[in-house]
This record gives sequence, structure tokens and C-alpha cells, in this order.
Amino acid sequence: MEQHESLWLFLQQQSGKLLQQTIQHIGLTFISLLIAILIGLPLGIYITRSKRMAGVVLGVAGILQTIPSIALLGFMIPLLGIGPIPAITALFLYALLPVIRNTYEGINGVDAGVREAATAMGMTPLQRLLRVELVLAFPVIMAGIRTATVINVGVGTLAAYIAAGGLGEFIFGGIALNNTNMILAGAIPAALLAILLDFLLSLVQHTGNKGRRRAIAFLPVALLVFSSFSVIPIGYSSRLLAGFTPEFMGRRDGDIGLRTVYGLHIRTVVISDAVMYKAIYNHKLDVISGYSTDGRLKAYDLIVLDDDKKIFPPYYAAPVIRKEVLTKYPELAPVLNKLAGKINDSLMTLLNYKAEYEGQSPQRIARDFLTGQGLYRTPGTGNKGMVILGSKIFPEQYILTDMYAMLIRGYTDLQVESKTGLGGTKICFEALTHGQIDMYPEYTGTALLAILQPPPDVAGRLATSRDSVYNYVSQRFDREYGLTWLEPIGFNNAYALMMRRSQARQLGIQTISDLTNYLKKER
Amino acid sequence: MIEVKNITKTFGAYIAVDDISFTVQEGETVVFLGSSGSGKTTLLKMINRLLEPDSGEIRIDGRGIVDQRVEDLRRKIGYVFQNTGLFPHYTIEENIATVPRLLRWDRQRIAERTITLMEKLQLRPEQYLTAYPRELSGGQQQRVGIARALAADPPILLMDEPFGALDPITRSNVRKDFKELDELRSKTIVLVTHDIQEAFELADRILLMDKGRIVQQGTPDELLFRPSGDYVRQFLKEQRFQLEAERIAPGDYPALIRAFDHFKTRES
Repeated sequence: MEQHESLWLFLQQQSGKLLQQTIQHIGLTFISLLIAILIGLPLGIYITRSKRMAGVVLGVAGILQTIPSIALLGFMIPLLGIGPIPAITALFLYALLPVIRNTYEGINGVDAGVREAATAMGMTPLQRLLRVELVLAFPVIMAGIRTATVINVGVGTLAAYIAAGGLGEFIFGGIALNNTNMILAGAIPAALLAILLDFLLSLVQHTGNKGRRRAIAFLPVALLVFSSFSVIPIGYSSRLLAGFTPEFMGRRDGDIGLRTVYGLHIRTVVISDAVMYKAIYNHKLDVISGYSTDGRLKAYDLIVLDDDKKIFPPYYAAPVIRKEVLTKYPELAPVLNKLAGKINDSLMTLLNYKAEYEGQSPQRIARDFLTGQGLYRTPGTGNKGMVILGSKIFPEQYILTDMYAMLIRGYTDLQVESKTGLGGTKICFEALTHGQIDMYPEYTGTALLAILQPPPDVAGRLATSRDSVYNYVSQRFDREYGLTWLEPIGFNNAYALMMRRSQARQLGIQTISDLTNYLKKER
Repeated sequence: MIEVKNITKTFGAYIAVDDISFTVQEGETVVFLGSSGSGKTTLLKMINRLLEPDSGEIRIDGRGIVDQRVEDLRRKIGYVFQNTGLFPHYTIEENIATVPRLLRWDRQRIAERTITLMEKLQLRPEQYLTAYPRELSGGQQQRVGIARALAADPPILLMDEPFGALDPITRSNVRKDFKELDELRSKTIVLVTHDIQEAFELADRILLMDKGRIVQQGTPDELLFRPSGDYVRQFLKEQRFQLEAERIAPGDYPALIRAFDHFKTRES
């Protein structure tokens, strides 16, 4: 095995990016916090005066809190597009509940006698609020702000999914690339940031009465300064905007290859593949990194730019299975190989299109396909043993896994359990090597570059041919992990740069070199 | 002068104050005396509009209390709470200076006034000026409460069981110093208590209250020697001998004998 670069080395090499991501992260955290305070604090005060509204406001804020963060980010895209604005909006909604609730509870917790005394002394309601209630509720309100800050630092990592930057870029890039150092380079600073901010705010929370008044004056300034981080511009300026997945950003056969081999310099944001296609379709992006069999290619009328300098290695899909399972159930290999060579690129794109665009269930697509091929059989007894299938979290994998499950049930007496939706390459591969799943469909290029990670010259030499990559990965998987690569299914789901068909035609761009030249001319 | 006319206050179906009228003359000390639930605190709180009556009218120096800004009204009326109501986040100095600050007195005047009051109430400024309420004993806190109420030299002082939360020894000390305050000479004072001794010691006039109504109003002597009925007699029964004895000038033996006879007849 190659020597893995140490975390320290990684941090040194990526220090510029790390700093940029950290600043973005602080910016996202604080500007959303600032807005949450600007809105939550008055709202919290208002509901102490109007108890009837308290239930409604706290209820709504509570419901917002329960929406899964990734779903909330997803809802934002049709409304606000991609980038910092939807991310800040989502973070703001999460920060709202702790701010409102603690303001409400803090003010309600002020001793009734003290409040009555303030009234009896002749304070106006506003004087009473500013001089007595808010000052006495301050520790409770600060506790709410601390909670909101920690939530925002955590949820803020998800901002990387919608091109808002932040430390999530390293975390999700690392997960996708099976690069532990990269994950840690994002996760450790994020954790430290949460701890540090929480600590600093705890100092503010527990200052004495004099310090408290100073803090009330100083805090907005600090919030504003940190918030301004989020508007610092980043990257190249170019008329076209690219959106690349975290995985693509860190790969030699991704952004790095585009820069070094093609000399492509384009303004780039990091974005999740789940929202990338919609974003390019809505003209929020102009170039994306996609997969050549993705059904959305067809759905959104995109074209694949020709990789004329061959930086994207082949990604032939094939089932990877644990050797001991094959030994235990020798009937399995021929059954799984029934799919070998059956699905080419355009067929896979069509199947994906059915899932992603027509909304058909993967089971139905799998069954229709097998029936059409004359491969479908009714399930056997299922009393011989159990095989556990895994899949990554996108439709193509679901469809393939369902096909394999139907084949195993139909041609053997084995039972099948599916563990679909295992985050990324790293999670699937770890689950397989630790025996939590028995097989999953993997791609030759991914295995080469994300799992085995040979030196660049070796990878470069292999990358030109389908068979050399397949032979290399199947040999090393067999030797090092006790895993067997069965025969490839046929299609090549390689990385690809995509553009809207209309724009590509208008600009006369067909290959990646065309794109590079267009951007050079523009500058 | 405080004029209260036909004041009624209900909380839901419960009648806390039932059609009460009375007048407090300028410079007079009037005590609302009664057991808990008699409506005396409710009545007091309506004078500075901490509570609003359902019906009736209150006038101060001829002017209706609803005819002015409520904050201005309150800043002219000192208020002392049973549980001090001190602001825990304010120093003693800041607590006392609350109303003068609201009235925008200049710094110098506030500082001088604060120190004067602290000295009069036996609170050593050098020790307590920058202290917080929690650092003081209950008796000292109540002294601060009184100082705060007097700070802007209001013509009227409302006191809600001001000595009620103190232990007996502290209570008699604070009360003694309170009685001797020259600040109070010209003030109109309304004080609420359930303590008969305290009422008789401080009052020019007592309003004895029960179930939201005034049972009898008069000087301590009138209540003691010309009770309007059984309720008053019964209410004062326990303390009658002591109250009467305190009212006898030294050497007035016939009066002492009369009082003792009174006591005996009551016992038999």
C-alpha cells in the first residue's frame, strides 16, 4: 500500500483552501445568527407581551427545527437558487427557535416582584424592557444564542451541498474520495470552531452586570464583523460558472486534472450532485461535473463535453463481492454474471431517466428490464441463507441492486437483504470490508482513484484502457482485501463535463479544449 | 390629598374591593389594616394604577389619576414592597437612584441625594454604595427599598407590608428608624399591614378592612374605645390590653385601672 500523506501534511498543502473555507464557514454561521437575533429577539419579546401568539410562534419555529437540514436546503433551491443566500436562509431558520424560545423564557423568568417594582417606579414599558427585563434575562438569552451558534456551525457544513462553501467541502469531498485526512481537515476545524465560539460566548454570558452592558453594546459589532466574512469574494472571475461536486474537486481525474492537463480556469463553486442538475437547468450554473449515464442528462437537455485529452478514466460498473461469500454459495457468481454486458451507456441513461425524471421506482425499472431480457424468474424458497446487498445513494445503484436481488431470488434459494443508500464510496467500501454487506456495484475508475490511489504516473498509464484498469483493480482487490470483481455490466459511467445544449451550441463548445479556449479568449 | 370614591375591583367572580370610599388628608398617615384577602393590597395598588379599578374614581390633589401619564403619576408616588422588589442587577446606589434618573436629575444631585438617604437609613455609604442587594441582610434591603421610594422626594408614599418579611427584632429596629425619619414629616403615607401593633404605632387613621369593605375607619383611639361592632372588637381582642396600656400617660393610674378592668371583664 502507498504511504498515506499525513493529516499535517495535508493541512499544510491545503492551508489556503482551509483558511478560505473556515472564513466562509464563520461568515455563514454569523450572518445567519445575526439575522436570527435581529428577528428572533423582537419576536421573543413580542410573545411575552401577547401570550396568545406565544404558542403559535414557538410552534412554527419548532416545526422548522424538525425539518431535516438537507431537506430544508433542498426546499431552498427552487426559491432562492444555490449559493450563500439559500444556505444562510436555512441556517437562519434553524437558529430561530433557540433565540426566540430563550428570549421568551428568559424574560418570563424575571421575578414578578422585580418587574412590578420597575413599573411602580414609573418606568415606561420600554425602559422596563431595556433596563430590567433584558438585562436580567441576558444569561438565558445568551444560552439560546450559544445553542444557535453551535447548531449553525454543525449544519453549516451542509452548505457545501448547495455551493455556499464552508468546511463541508472538505468533509463531503473526503467522504466521497475515501480520504480520511480530507474529512478530518474539515471536521476538526468545524468542531474546534464550534467549541471556540461556544466558549467565547459563554464568557459573554457569564460576565457581571457591568460587563453585561458592555457586551450588549459590543456583541452586535462582533456579529457584524464576522458576518462580513461571508461577502468576501472568492475564486476567479469568469463569465461562466462551474459547479463541481466535493468529490470532483479533490480528484486527479477531476478539477485537478482539468487545471493541469487542460489549463482550464473557471469560476467554480462546490455543490451536491443532488441539486447540481437543477441548478444548471435553471441557469444558475453553466458547467457541471456529472456522470455520463445520468438520466438527468436527458431530462434537462444537457450535453457531455468530449474529453479530448483523456483525463477521465473508464468507470465500468461491476459487482464487487466478498470471496468467502462466493466460496460459501458457489451458485452466486454465474447468477450475478447474467447481467454482464447487458447494459450499455445509452440503456443505462434511459433506465436512470425513468427513475429520476419519470419517477418510476427502481424495483419496477429493474423488473421491467429483467422481464424484457427474459431473465426474470419468480423467487425461490429463500431458505438457504442470506446475502446482503449494498448500494451507494443514487438511482443507478438502486436499480442495479434491485436487479441483482431479483436475480439471486429467482435463480437460487438464497434470501436477500438490501442496505441501500450507503452515503458514498468510503462508506460502501468500509461496510464491505467489515462484512456488514456482502456485495455492491462499484466502478473501476472509483476503485482505482478513490480506494487504491496508486501514484499519479501509474494511474495515468492505466487510465487509457478499459481492460487495464479492470485487471489492475481486480488483482489488487483480490490480494489486499479478499474481494472479487465479477464481470462488468457493460456501461461506462465516467465523469464528464456537461453544459446546456443550447448554450454549448451558441458558444460553439463541443470539447473540454473548446471550453478552455473560450475562457482564455474571454479574458 | 387622596380622594377615593366608590372603588370596586373584581378578579373574575371574586370581589376584591367592594365600593370603597375614603379620603387621605395631606401629611396624614393612613393604615389599611386587615387579614389576608381583605382587599387592602388591591386597594393600595389602585392608587398608583398598578391595578385599574372596575369602577369608581381616585383623585390626587383634586386631579383624577387617569388624567395624566401613568409614568408621571408613579414617579410622584414612592412605593415600598413587602419583598423589597430591589433590582438585583443594580448596585445599592443605582437602586436608590432609579426614580431621580427617570426624572433626569443631574448626576451631582443624584449622588448627593443617594448618600443623604443612605445615611438617614443607617446604611454606611462607603460600605454599601457599590454593593448589590444580595450582599445585604433582609433588614438592610428593606432600608434600601424605603430609600428608593423616598429618593425623588415624592409627596405620597405607598407601603405594602413594608416590614412584613422581617424577623421581629429587625422589624422593630427598621420601624423605629422609619418613624424617626424627618423625611416623612410632611408626607402623605398609605401603609398596608395585617400587624395590629404596627397599625396602631404608625397610623393617624386606620381603615379596618374585611372582605373588600371598610368595617370601621377612625383614629386608633376610636377603634379601640369606640368599636363600631363585634368584628372590630373581635379583631383587636388579643392585643387590646397592650394597646390600651400603651395609650396611658405615665402616672395616670385611674386610666390604668380602667384598662385593667376592661381586660378582666373581657376575660370573664
